[in-house]
Amino acid sequence: MKIQPDAAQFPLAFKTVVLAGFKAAKPEVLLNAALMLALLAVPLWAWFADEPFLITLTTRAVIFAIAGVGLNFALGFGGLVSLGHAAFFGLGGYVMGVLAYHAQTYTALLDWPFVIEGSRSMLVIWLVAILLSALLALGIGALSLRTSGVYFIMITLAFAQMLYYFAISWPAYGGEDGLSIYVRNSFPGLNTMAPIQFFAICFVLLILVLLLVKFLARSAFGLALGAARQNEERVQAVGQMPYRLYLIAFMISGSITGLAGALFADLNRFVSPTMFSWQTSGEIMVFVILGGVGRVFGPVAGAALFILLEHSLGGLSDYWHVYLGAILLGVVLFARGGLYGMLTGREAAHD
Amino acid sequence: MSLLKLSHISAFYGASQALFDVHLSLADGQVLALMGRNGMGKSTTVKVICRLLKHRGGTLMFDGQDLGRRPAYQAARLGIGLVPEGRRCFSSLSVRENLIAAARPGDWNLASVAALFPRLDERKDQRAASLSGGEQQMLAIARALMTNPRVLILDEATEGLAPVVRQEIWAAIARLKAETGMAILVIDKSIRELSAVADTAVILDKGRSVWSGDFADLNADITDRYLGV
Repeated sequence: MKIQPDAAQFPLAFKTVVLAGFKAAKPEVLLNAALMLALLAVPLWAWFADEPFLITLTTRAVIFAIAGVGLNFALGFGGLVSLGHAAFFGLGGYVMGVLAYHAQTYTALLDWPFVIEGSRSMLVIWLVAILLSALLALGIGALSLRTSGVYFIMITLAFAQMLYYFAISWPAYGGEDGLSIYVRNSFPGLNTMAPIQFFAICFVLLILVLLLVKFLARSAFGLALGAARQNEERVQAVGQMPYRLYLIAFMISGSITGLAGALFADLNRFVSPTMFSWQTSGEIMVFVILGGVGRVFGPVAGAALFILLEHSLGGLSDYWHVYLGAILLGVVLFARGGLYGMLTGREAAHD
Repeated sequence: MSLLKLSHISAFYGASQALFDVHLSLADGQVLALMGRNGMGKSTTVKVICRLLKHRGGTLMFDGQDLGRRPAYQAARLGIGLVPEGRRCFSSLSVRENLIAAARPGDWNLASVAALFPRLDERKDQRAASLSGGEQQMLAIARALMTNPRVLILDEATEGLAPVVRQEIWAAIARLKAETGMAILVIDKSIRELSAVADTAVILDKGRSVWSGDFADLNADITDRYLGV
């Protein structure tokens, strides 16, 4: 006997399936979806309402989120507390600044031994920013990963400060005043000066970076990295070298934050040594802690909340950081899992 | 020819000497029981073999190579698989993730490990921390197997487990011996169970190997002197 689908029952069955789907979905997945939809909805609404400032504000949040996702890969998954991620953020920024500056002034970046021209292409700039950041992370990591704990924090901080003072004292690219780029760099087929289109680029990049991190976290490499964070000796006993795991994680982390730096410079059409400063490192860490250390989407929530607070509290007083500090204290004391920990429960791994 | 050979091994924890003169030889396909009372240096010897503790004197040879200068992760890659005392699974990872994190190419993979321990397969998405002691022990063994070792070292693998679970672990060890050519070094207190699988034995006393030979040659005299309490 053939079973005939009962037409009348179909909507009911459909409803059951959808409801079951919702129940089965973890709160974390729902929160991820809500967060990303909100990040998409705000600029779309602003676009229709003709509020370009709001689009730019959201773009800032998205770029900060990418920077935070980068740091979170080292901090949350590898347990590497880097207080020097401004080094990568700034390097990405200066890659954009220097390449675009040479393209803008029609001068070569390097004449000898071979000619390197500047570039106005975002794709080229991103690639260079990612590669150079990875290389810088290899250098910083190779030295700093020989230490741990507070020494690691201090060495990463020292490297970023070194670059900060270098940028200040390098007059060729503006020194302390920074470097202005008049027109945003180009992306094939898009008008990057239109806020909504530039937002779209950043949003897609954020999604790609999140997918990459999610994939890496579940890969054998990511699992071994998490295991190394818990117990280095056991990881060695199964044939993994913790130093190498950490170094690779640090390079991936740095290059993601470097990409964010290039985007941030393009958003402002301006780079300055501030991007290298320890305050920037601190802010990136704040995104991660506010959102939830070690949660893939945590820094996205953290960066969005940060921008929201900056925007709303910034109107109250110039010293809005006082309120931010109080909120941060609250999070650290009472909700150690950050926003994600509060809303979806803490992950046992980050006790 | 022996696969793993320790001669004149001495080792220290800081200033205090734990091993004075340890000799041990294990051939392919053999099961060796490393015995001795508590605190006589069994686990320290295992740490030396896995390069988790550097020995100060003597030589440590594995498959014709001197392991003396290699870091722990290389010893593991060369084929030394450790099931540590107290299990020590990666508690925040699931069963499956614990296995994937350790995996290296070879005959042992998720499927063959699941065939050895069907119970682990049923719990593959559960966090290691939520497993029972016996299941964690199985996971620790499975994790070591996933590295496709040539010698498997089991440090007190049946300690603190219910009798039924202990039997399961012993059955798995017997199966490994019968079906693979893997060399196995096992530390355990139960002479009766060891006698079913062990080919040879080494007894440690105060950091020295004081007796070694065929397990069948162990008599009450020897066990009373070195193992009795």
